[in-house]
Amino acid sequence: MTKEGTAISTHAPRGVGHLRGDQPFPAAAKVALADPQLRRNLQHATTTIRGKSGRVIAELPDWQELRSAGSALKAYTMANLPGLLEQLEEKVTAAGGVVHWAADAFEANRIVTDLVRQTGERRVIKVKSMATQEIGLNEALEADGITPVETDLAELIVQLGHDKPSHILVPAIHRNRSEIREIFLREMPGADPALTDEPSELAGAARRYLRETFLSTKVAVSGANFGIAETGTLAVVESEGNGRMCLTLPDTLITVMGIEKVVPAWQDLEVFLQLLPRASTGERMNPYTSMWTGVTPGDGPQNFHLVLLDNGRTAVLADEVGRQALHCIRCSACLNVCPVYERTGGHAYGSVYPGPIGAVLSPQLTGVEDNASLPYASSLCGACFDACPVKIDIPSILVHLRNEAPHPRSERAAMAAAAYTMDHPKLYERAQRAARLAKLLGKRGRGLPPPLNGWASSRDLPEPPAESFRDWWRGR
Amino acid sequence: MSSKNLILRRIREALGDDPAQPDIPRDYRRGPAPADLDLLVERLVDYKAIVHRVSDISDAIRRIVGNGKVVLPPGVPVEWLPAEWLPAERSPAEGSPARFVRDDGLTPAEIAAADAVITAAAVAVAETGTIVLDAGEDQGRRILSLLPDLHICVLRPGQVVASVPEAVARLTPGRPLTWISGPSATSDIELNRVEGVHGPRNLHIVLVEEAAARS
Ligand code: SF4
Repeated sequence: MTKEGTAISTHAPRGVGHLRGDQPFPAAAKVALADPQLRRNLQHATTTIRGKSGRVIAELPDWQELRSAGSALKAYTMANLPGLLEQLEEKVTAAGGVVHWAADAFEANRIVTDLVRQTGERRVIKVKSMATQEIGLNEALEADGITPVETDLAELIVQLGHDKPSHILVPAIHRNRSEIREIFLREMPGADPALTDEPSELAGAARRYLRETFLSTKVAVSGANFGIAETGTLAVVESEGNGRMCLTLPDTLITVMGIEKVVPAWQDLEVFLQLLPRASTGERMNPYTSMWTGVTPGDGPQNFHLVLLDNGRTAVLADEVGRQALHCIRCSACLNVCPVYERTGGHAYGSVYPGPIGAVLSPQLTGVEDNASLPYASSLCGACFDACPVKIDIPSILVHLRNEAPHPRSERAAMAAAAYTMDHPKLYERAQRAARLAKLLGKRGRGLPPPLNGWASSRDLPEPPAESFRDWWRGR
Repeated sequence: MSSKNLILRRIREALGDDPAQPDIPRDYRRGPAPADLDLLVERLVDYKAIVHRVSDISDAIRRIVGNGKVVLPPGVPVEWLPAEWLPAERSPAEGSPARFVRDDGLTPAEIAAADAVITAAAVAVAETGTIVLDAGEDQGRRILSLLPDLHICVLRPGQVVASVPEAVARLTPGRPLTWISGPSATSDIELNRVEGVHGPRNLHIVLVEEAAARS
């Protein structure tokens, strides 16, 4: 049963979707910190991706110019959002698609569920999509008797493991090969008991398991990386080909896209197609990118629906400092450079958007009171800003949001002092060094960089680390 | 109020009366640059594609396909095929079983049963090692290059551009486009790269070079 969205609040509604955790970040982070396997996996993953990404970015002499163009394009898009969305709707409609507008998660789920029901099908194949995870579409479909099948290998591992994604790009990064083998043997119908834990064998098992599903399922649900207003073209960027399967084989395709994903002109792809793969997977180009415009007779799905999703995005837009978070192209580069993420993993953030971008996006989508600890889930070291291919100033948004979060009086005073220092990076760095020299280092909350260590354990002023974060990071 | 009007009203209220209109700096590298074929090949190989630099397309195809069975988009010229395959197309009833089948609306099962597909490309990007298919007559429906495990793409030097901006400028947005960089791959298991989860596990590029230019 789906509940009617009242569409009164501009924030993402409570009780649906995955933008709020069961417990605040500091409590969830403590659990994660006690898991050495998780930390090893995360450290290996983030280090590897950082290295690859750095190498291919260094190949481009104009990376900074591309970042500036990407940043300006996003700012331009936000400033012209109503016109661009209407243009996108007009072009998609002219090309044979149908456009739906969803004010929140309830409405988006109802639209998609109704569309699937109208086809008479009981199963949909899904391309990995942050937007559909955000609104809890799988749960809504299941409640209506429709089976959603995740087809991205990592999402499949997460789905079969009755688990939650922990990274935007590599959602099953918290699992290693032997765990994945066990999940497949337990949950994948027809899995060969002789299956080893070789990655190529595990991938082969997923290929065999999903092939028949791809060929026999008539409805697919996807997200979109870009929707081009000028032409009505949608783009999905992927690696495995499961996206191509979903976007090509079924009769009906339903794409759920956040309203901020619109791109003004066809030409602008020349910027984003250079920024995204290099920042994201550290590849010059991802293995597959699919682009389609409405319906092409004789080629691909003959019914195409585009669902434009608000679900709190207009609330983000209303905040002049915070609205930059809507520029995010979900590359996950900020996760991979974040010392807090590297220690806690994605689950601790409670939302489908983990890491630095999650720390600023989730509280804005839900209203800061529902995710009050997330703006503190950062050391304000600035690494995320430097890594972001569209130059989102995450540290500034964090500081800004800290001022909006409701806290008891004692806590507020401590945080105000901490925020002031951290708002002035030079001062912060000096304070860290001075504290270190004075051997003021305490034992509480070790494992997290400040201010989280101090806050998580004692709610005191941040405790200084043995070496300043910036020193430590540079030395890695 | 419809959700469309509600969302548009919320956006307008959020933006205020006169949101600043930033200029877009376009001082990144754009415009034509010489396309470096060696760089293209290096980048393709780096992505685990197998590259054949040849003057004789049909000979290369014979070597790559071996005994396999091939599907062909409608516009792929028969001249690309080994001569001994051809009688099968004209009268499949007589002689050996057909080595290839042309797509005239084949079912997904028929396409999936083929060992290989041969297509052309619309454009290739040297800097990224990417080929782009635009569903032209010699490339066919998207499904053709998706289901068979081996994709052979015949590329002419004139189709190669240096950079992504040049490729974007050459392509027609209304067509279904598939950008391909190496065969299908995943890194989802402990970040180990594994070729081929769902798309073709083998990508061969036949780069056609004039005999004179190769000597
Ligand atoms: S905030 Fe920037 S770095 Fe982080 S995921 Fe978004 S685009 Fe990537």
